[in-house]
Amino acid sequence: MDNLPSVNEQRRKCLRMLAVGGAWAGLWAAGLLQPLRALAAEWNKPAFDAKALDEALKSIGATTPVESSQIQLKAPEIAENGAIVPVEVTSGIPGTQAIYIIADKNPQPLVAIFDITPGIEPFISTRIKMGESSKVRVLVKAGDKFYVATQEVKVTIGGCGG
Amino acid sequence: MKIRAQLKGDVADVKVLMFHPMETGLRKDPITGDIIPMHFIQRVVATLNGKTVMDAQWSQAVSKNPFVNFRIRGAKQGDKVTVSWEDNKGEKASIETTLN
Repeated sequence: MDNLPSVNEQRRKCLRMLAVGGAWAGLWAAGLLQPLRALAAEWNKPAFDAKALDEALKSIGATTPVESSQIQLKAPEIAENGAIVPVEVTSGIPGTQAIYIIADKNPQPLVAIFDITPGIEPFISTRIKMGESSKVRVLVKAGDKFYVATQEVKVTIGGCGG
Repeated sequence: MKIRAQLKGDVADVKVLMFHPMETGLRKDPITGDIIPMHFIQRVVATLNGKTVMDAQWSQAVSKNPFVNFRIRGAKQGDKVTVSWEDNKGEKASIETTLN
């Protein structure tokens, strides 16, 4: 009889855990958790941490990208505010698998990687921060090849510090 | 988060606005002078009816309150579009819309 309360306690704990687990399983089944599964693990840390352009390019495996006029890159020639620089990319390269946005002179040049599935058009528009005037460099991965287009953006007020 | 999806033929033009400070880790608190630690969205995933169509990895250099625009192919009325993000602190958010 002495150990009854503790058994009950354990049973309650166990039931609570099952209930919590059940709720999570429900969310999982509903597909709510799937898109976020182990997201952080798939973040390319070496490439994003790279402090020099060459190092960043090497980390993504794009040491010798080919210049391509099939990449359409829209960015302002003069950005008054480096904290908000609109960048729009349209790739005309067949089999585009990924679009990379790089600001050459940012403290860490690699800004974003967009994996492009056949389920979307090879088009991305976003806004980035630039610490100073530099080239914006867009890479497109298609098959095992990399293609590149660049545009010079003059930044009046830098957007990285404060 | 805000999402707007417009169906044009079988292409859904999706515009998303996320509310996030996107701290670079370079900014100082104007009052204390302490460096504000990095805090930024690392992953963004978009799905059409549960199937991943766009999967992005970001650095701290995406602008504060990030905006992204993309176009989903083979979309139709009633389809569900979801966009989710996760930041470097493990915080998450998600939004869903139905195409009409």
